[in-house]
Amino acid sequence: MVAAAEAPLLTVEDLSIRFLTPHRIVEAVRGVSFTLGREKVGIVGESGSGKSMTGRAILKLTPANAMVEARALRFQELDIMAATERDMLRVRGRRISLILQDPKFSLDPIMRVGDQIAEAIPPDKREGKARTRECVLEMLAAVRIHNPRRVYDLYPHEISGGMGQRVMIAMMLMPEPAMLIADKPTSALDVTVRMQVLAIIDDLVTRRGLGLVFISHDLNLVATFCDRVLIMYAGRIVESCKASELRHARHAYTQGLLASLPRIAERRPRLAVLNRDPAWLTE
Amino acid sequence: MAMIAVEDLSVAFGSGESLVHAVDGVSFQVEAGDTFGLVGESGCGKSTILRALSGLNDHWHGQIIIDGARLEPKRQRSFFKKVQMVFQDPYGSLHPRHTVNTTLMEPIAIHGLDRADQRIAQVLEQVGLGPAFRFRYPHQLSGGQRQRVAIARALILEPKILLLDEPTSALDVSVQAEILNLLADIRSQARLTCILVSHDLAVIAHMCHRLAVMNQGKIYEELTVDDLAGNRPRHSYTRQLLQASLGYDRRLAAAATLADDGLDSGAA
Repeated sequence: MVAAAEAPLLTVEDLSIRFLTPHRIVEAVRGVSFTLGREKVGIVGESGSGKSMTGRAILKLTPANAMVEARALRFQELDIMAATERDMLRVRGRRISLILQDPKFSLDPIMRVGDQIAEAIPPDKREGKARTRECVLEMLAAVRIHNPRRVYDLYPHEISGGMGQRVMIAMMLMPEPAMLIADKPTSALDVTVRMQVLAIIDDLVTRRGLGLVFISHDLNLVATFCDRVLIMYAGRIVESCKASELRHARHAYTQGLLASLPRIAERRPRLAVLNRDPAWLTE
Repeated sequence: MAMIAVEDLSVAFGSGESLVHAVDGVSFQVEAGDTFGLVGESGCGKSTILRALSGLNDHWHGQIIIDGARLEPKRQRSFFKKVQMVFQDPYGSLHPRHTVNTTLMEPIAIHGLDRADQRIAQVLEQVGLGPAFRFRYPHQLSGGQRQRVAIARALILEPKILLLDEPTSALDVSVQAEILNLLADIRSQARLTCILVSHDLAVIAHMCHRLAVMNQGKIYEELTVDDLAGNRPRHSYTRQLLQASLGYDRRLAAAATLADDGLDSGAA
């Protein structure tokens, strides 16, 4: 891998996110550290494990009542912890893009799809209407939309969920970001469409040399799609391994999750149930 | 004789040009004590079949025979004592301002059953919740616990048939395992006949004996779980679903031609 020799795109060291509620302090993320190169890193865990909040912290998009602390949170040359809102505006969507779960809620319902993608081009890179349209059509073709000219003029309600997600990806790639954060990008899609959308992300990440943080709760998917996997439990990374070696995970939590999955090929009368060990919270 | 026999069932929504055949001439049978799986992607009509069976939708055509009796679109009260349903979303299917006790009292009152107190205590035990949960509200329960309450509500009438509409798709995998184990236990204790609807082939394979693969309102193929596990599906669509359920495969995904999303192809 080339990534090892280069400086990482993203460095996260000892990230903590706490929420103050009237009754208590909720620790959503507790001391998470990892780096990301030009590779696909998966973050898996159950709901409430802090995986999405970690993704949000990278973009400084945590809710206002969140208290974020970190020894280091760096994207290329930028110190995200010290960055102002103004600095972040130049990063969000331009150098780091975020792909969310449901395209239906992320697209503007009263704006043509092509115009929405065009809007994602940073002002300093725009070169006239005709050229912009060409760029958008090229990008639509890159996310494997067969008839870009036709799709350009459609409204979001006229396209399917799978196509909507491809339009979202096209929009996210328009400013040529260095890094993508995909937060359950395919869980609203049907399985057959899911494969196609993943293939597009895979291609783009590999060909353009992007870094990808892929947040998911689907262990099979992450094991087969990513290069490396971080497993989160109760706000901490309990294990990290090569995706291809997830099956041989060492931590009892990871093993428990894998054992609780029903499998088509090996049928068992009962599924293994996860017994949560209090030690996992601290060890 | 089959416990459930569905013959040429059709459900259509809309009219004129916007007429959609959500279920289009579907037939299948489920033997007593069996669990039958309906699998397919969103919009394929699998939940619509359950809604027609359970009486939530009375605009259907065809024939449904349950336990030897032919059903009319409008149901008798006795039908609901025999057939109960568990829904996908345990957050939406319980009344937020009713305690577990109130939720479970309702079917008892409607059907005029005796020994209410005893029945509630018993059914809570059966779904693994215990008496401590009886006077709690849904917001005090986790997703898995709520789904147990929904299952208890279905079981309290001692039905013969349980219709399960994606009962675990809103839950984490570790909680899914607990609920699937619970359903398997209940099924054998009460000798229930079940229909399980899911988009997840692995869940269907774990719970069912036979399954039907649906797409666009039609059953493409009916097969046994052994055929599925032995990788012997006949229809290419089933193979596609099977492949996708195993995870991402770079070569396959690259080779797969994009399904034309209607408008996308331009030829639609």
